[in-house]
Amino acid sequence: MDTVLLARWQFAMTALFHFIFVPLTLGLSFLVAIMETAYVKTGDEDYLRMTKFFGKLFLINFALGLVTGITLEFEFGMNWARYSKFVGDIFGSPLAIEATLAFFLESTFLGVWIFGWKKVSKKVHALSAWLVAFGTNISALWILIANAWMQHPVGYVIRHGRAEFVNFWAAVLQPYAILKFLHTIHAGFVVGSFFVMGISAYHLLKNHDVRLFKKAFKIGAYFGLYAAIVVFIIGDLHASEVARTQPTKLAAMESVWETEKGAPMYLFLIPDEAHERNVVQILGIPKMLSILAYHNPNSTIKGLKSFPKKDRPPVTITFVSFRTMVGLGTLFILLALYAFYLVKTDKVFEKKGFLKLMVYAIPLPYLACELGWIVAEVGRQPWIVYGLLRTSQATSTAVNSAQIIMTLIGFIFLYGVLGIIDIYLLFKYARKLPESATTEGGY
Amino acid sequence: MLNTIWFALWGLLWAVYFMLDGYDFGVGILHPFIAKDDLERRMVINTIGPVWDGNEVWLITAGGATFAAFPTTYAYMFSYLYTPLFLILASLILRGVSFEFRGKIESEGWKKFWDFVIFLFSLIPAVLFGVAFGNIFEGLPFDASGYHGTLFSLLNPYGLLTGVFFLLMFLEHGALWLSFKASNSVAERAQATAKKIWPILLIVAVIFLIYTKFATNLYNNYFNHPIWFIVPLIAVLSLLLMRVFMNTSFVKAFFASCVMIVTVVFTGVIGLYPNLIPSSIDPSYNLTIFNSSSSQYTLKVMLIVAVIFVPIVIAYQIWANLLFKEAIKKEDLEDKEVETY
Repeated sequence: MDTVLLARWQFAMTALFHFIFVPLTLGLSFLVAIMETAYVKTGDEDYLRMTKFFGKLFLINFALGLVTGITLEFEFGMNWARYSKFVGDIFGSPLAIEATLAFFLESTFLGVWIFGWKKVSKKVHALSAWLVAFGTNISALWILIANAWMQHPVGYVIRHGRAEFVNFWAAVLQPYAILKFLHTIHAGFVVGSFFVMGISAYHLLKNHDVRLFKKAFKIGAYFGLYAAIVVFIIGDLHASEVARTQPTKLAAMESVWETEKGAPMYLFLIPDEAHERNVVQILGIPKMLSILAYHNPNSTIKGLKSFPKKDRPPVTITFVSFRTMVGLGTLFILLALYAFYLVKTDKVFEKKGFLKLMVYAIPLPYLACELGWIVAEVGRQPWIVYGLLRTSQATSTAVNSAQIIMTLIGFIFLYGVLGIIDIYLLFKYARKLPESATTEGGY
Repeated sequence: MLNTIWFALWGLLWAVYFMLDGYDFGVGILHPFIAKDDLERRMVINTIGPVWDGNEVWLITAGGATFAAFPTTYAYMFSYLYTPLFLILASLILRGVSFEFRGKIESEGWKKFWDFVIFLFSLIPAVLFGVAFGNIFEGLPFDASGYHGTLFSLLNPYGLLTGVFFLLMFLEHGALWLSFKASNSVAERAQATAKKIWPILLIVAVIFLIYTKFATNLYNNYFNHPIWFIVPLIAVLSLLLMRVFMNTSFVKAFFASCVMIVTVVFTGVIGLYPNLIPSSIDPSYNLTIFNSSSSQYTLKVMLIVAVIFVPIVIAYQIWANLLFKEAIKKEDLEDKEVETY
């Protein structure tokens, strides 16, 4: 089998697996910090028990997110040596900065947070939770700056047969990077909020510790509503940025074949890549796509046919992933709004049907995150660095397909087993009752 | 100049990584032998509980810095050492999750399983890092047409010797760590183990220093600039002092071990200069700090970042280490208000 395809499968698999655990870390870290701060401010023991309860789930989840991240850093060199050589002058810096600014902060203060309950004051302990939260989110910033450069390279020249930095800040501060960062962390906040609301709903349905879980649900609902709205707004701005910088990706996201001025958006559509058309496209909203893409009803949307075939990304998977993600994002706003309304009117406990729905809604934001990543990465194809370097030119020449197959199988087996154990433990500890304020068993 | 500074920083990041994660490896390998029951095993694991994760970040930083400062070396080093790196990665993944998973289910078999995972997947990277660095010291077989080695060509006598040498350094380092971080009978067993490992470490270190003369070109730089002999000299001196300190203070012996690991890594790094990875086929293909580096602009930006932030990192890591400086006692593990593994 072709090494390029194998290396892509391996990267997709290891990155998507890593990204099962990361969004929850991004969101839950802030939620746990908020819970602990509430405890420090009010002295209410419920918040302390809540902090420990969700903190334990945070740690089980964090362990796998951390270790699977190292794989990705190594994988660039192992499978993508020609890419690493070509972009290293630029791409290596944010990775090294990520480790220096974020990973040390997050891991050191996580150690203080886990083991330091009796070693530091309450305030310093809560501060550690905030530093962990900032650490994880700063790490998202730098890795997404790196990814944004692959999507929209700026601040470089081609010299000595590679891309070299001429302006570091151009890459760090470009709108693509900032929007991608804000979109991603808010997606993580949605995951965290729905996780807290869903697990609280589960316990409320069972009449467990009602006082505590109503408070937890409230925190989840407030944070969730904020995050669901912001992720949607930033998502819209981000899509416009994609339209401006990556026209082939936008065309694939909407499955647009023909170039059109004032393009409509079809609510239902089935792409047919082989014949370069859509089999079905109905329920069109006039000029909507032009409005969404450029915030101008008469703007021109370039169709896929205006690009050579060798420059087009896979359409169906990009389109379906994007549509599903947007649909889910809309659903999250509605669910979060209703949850917020119930909290405000103090009716959470009465709406058993809705609570049940929220339990089953836990995996949905995860799905949206994975789909978003697929849109970003598959939609960039056939480029590894948009417009500069093709994915097919980026693999390691020293590595053969047998080696990639071997490590791919190794990763699938390893990740499969660890993923099952981790998710089992998350279920087990999510179902447990929070411990009373003085006992802390389980180990 | 910038290239040389980054070369020194590159060496320093690896040296600090081995100095820190080295005792985690040692503790992981030794724990089934030094601890006799579950409570003792937990004591051993909890000595590294708050810090192993922060220690491992030095590896990620070393990898990131290699990528940022010497991207061509990063690209070749990681794709040439493909299989050992995969094994190291898998080991670090398994070792990392095992600390978290081990105590989460109350079952004898479950804990035994993760104890074995901790042992095996601390052992594998401890040896493989040595094998990888031994091979880098010797040079890897590559030329214009690419890489000509395999996993088995890496397992040559000098590579294996370096693997054993690293393993023994980490075992000694871990035993010394437990000598003062654990308590009572566990600490006593660790102290006895540290004393037992030392003569073997001494013998292997001497063989390593001699064999290096024949297997590598590392000593050329030293004969050209004899002043640098001070670095291996400090390594030897700290190895000897380590044993002297064991009679009075295991904390001091541990710090001697820290100095030894750092100076051993630098003994190799100084010998390599200006190469990052020599070619064992033809020196004209050597990956050097000049032909494999990033642009001067990137090196400068990264140096500014490092100068500002690395001291901050070191400061709060020292603070965190001092916070947990007391030995772990059995009572700590039974205190329900405190989180432990």
